[in-house]
Amino acid sequence: MAKPESALRDVAAWNVEKIREDFPVLTQTVNGKPLVYLDNAASSHVPRLVIDRGSKYLAEEHSNIHRGVHYLSQNATTAYEAAREKVKRFINAPDVKECIFVRGCTEGVNLVAHSYGRKFIGKGDEILVSQMEHHSNILPWQQIAEDKGAFLKVIPINERGELISEEFERLLNERTKMVAISHVSNSLGTVNPVKEMVETAHKFGVPVLVDAAQSVPHFPVDVQDLDCDFFVFSGHKMYAPTGSGVLYGKRKWLDQMPPYQTGGGMIRTVSFEGSTYAPIPEKFEAGTPAIAAGIGLGAAIDYINSIDFAAAARYEHELLEYATARLADIPGVRIIGTASEKASVLSFEVEGVHPHDIGTILDQQGIAIRAGHHCAQPVMKFFDVPATARASFAFYNTREEVDKLADAVQKVKEVFA
Amino acid sequence: MSELSELYQETILEHNKNPRNFREIEDARYTADGNNPLCGDALRVYVKMDGDTVSDVAFKGSGCAISKASASMMTQTLKGKDREEADALFDEFHRMVTGDLDIETQDNKLGKLKIFAGVLEFPARVKCASLSWHTVHAALHGEDVVSTE
Repeated sequence: MAKPESALRDVAAWNVEKIREDFPVLTQTVNGKPLVYLDNAASSHVPRLVIDRGSKYLAEEHSNIHRGVHYLSQNATTAYEAAREKVKRFINAPDVKECIFVRGCTEGVNLVAHSYGRKFIGKGDEILVSQMEHHSNILPWQQIAEDKGAFLKVIPINERGELISEEFERLLNERTKMVAISHVSNSLGTVNPVKEMVETAHKFGVPVLVDAAQSVPHFPVDVQDLDCDFFVFSGHKMYAPTGSGVLYGKRKWLDQMPPYQTGGGMIRTVSFEGSTYAPIPEKFEAGTPAIAAGIGLGAAIDYINSIDFAAAARYEHELLEYATARLADIPGVRIIGTASEKASVLSFEVEGVHPHDIGTILDQQGIAIRAGHHCAQPVMKFFDVPATARASFAFYNTREEVDKLADAVQKVKEVFA
Repeated sequence: MSELSELYQETILEHNKNPRNFREIEDARYTADGNNPLCGDALRVYVKMDGDTVSDVAFKGSGCAISKASASMMTQTLKGKDREEADALFDEFHRMVTGDLDIETQDNKLGKLKIFAGVLEFPARVKCASLSWHTVHAALHGEDVVSTE
């Protein structure tokens, strides 16, 4: 992460007011107050470029893809495949065919768990997840483990919300068939050392799936550098529409894996005696996809490429540190998740106040945060809280918004004094 | 801030801080668990009967101010009521917080429970207010787990 001095220089260089002009939703008022949107980890907003691209597609270009010989269908196919090419460059995938469009991160994990699991996981095998996973990176593995008579093993975390790497190494063995790990925790903000973990897992010949839902929107990634076997993320957390998402997988796995869903668009031949399937990526893309959303994802990547994304990441990190300092200053506020490497997410609780009440009172000030268990009940259990309040930042948030958050948390304390 | 003060009224804040009948009843005839998986509210309701009358009712658990205050005031209201009265109150309370009962114009026996009409303006909080009522209703009707998701 950036050193404080250079970070300060970046913050000065980052023209957040200009960036905000790109996001129409940010200009509105909520409950009579300017919207302060701090729920980016749940879903981020879309810039004008993405809205316009989606509108243009729907108004002028819509047709089913990979089907028609007619003009519109060919244009739609070209636009959709161009978006896939953008994805490939964005994550530095070796081959565009290794980039599979899915509905979102959840579908990506389910696809791998069920397809890879069907082929490669057997009785007595082990699947490694971590204590800090989102439910979507626990439940698909739990299901396949139950189906196959395999075991789900859990990499523990420490009280700062960091993975205990010695425990990870201890859990790996010849029965381990998959390591499924988040790049950035959605409930704690912890950035996990996935590159090192991949290296360790590969020593045991174990493939690694990285849940990148919370990393891809916040800093540049490179799947070849990480050397992970699978990498999944959602479009709607990275300034694209809902319904878009990507599963990147190494060809050596994808080629061997059976289809997850079957139907139109993913076949070579079909007969009642037996059928054969298309090569990747089509093999995993049954049915008409969310075409507008996929093209929107391509536009979101164009947008990210148009800004200085590395500077955005440093700005965001500075903002997170500022917010952490402001909230930590308020007596009775406890920060949940204090890892040395964090991104975007600030989970906290206010002594004696349920997070839901915090959420409602902040909403009345126009401030959108998330209150709840963040689909990470094992994390809540570890920290012995029923839920937390969570502010999560994007590069369009400002220091003034952080100040409003801190003031509103003071207000919460007054109401419940 | 007027809407907010309407939701977090002094009475609700006070019941949140000092919930009444916040205890177990060891020889309860009925118990039921209520959960709101979305926000993690979880409570257990205990009901003791004397014939057809609720002779004691209490709750334990964790939740937000609205759910806790609602449970607290519910226990105060239900003590001494018979099944029929309890069912009628559940029905009225439920209709009030979902907007089907206008407490200003339609007859009701909600009394001080009318304070929860404010949640109507906060759709995300309706389930918080009604969780304890759903749970006690389930307890009195022989179900042991209720979820308001």
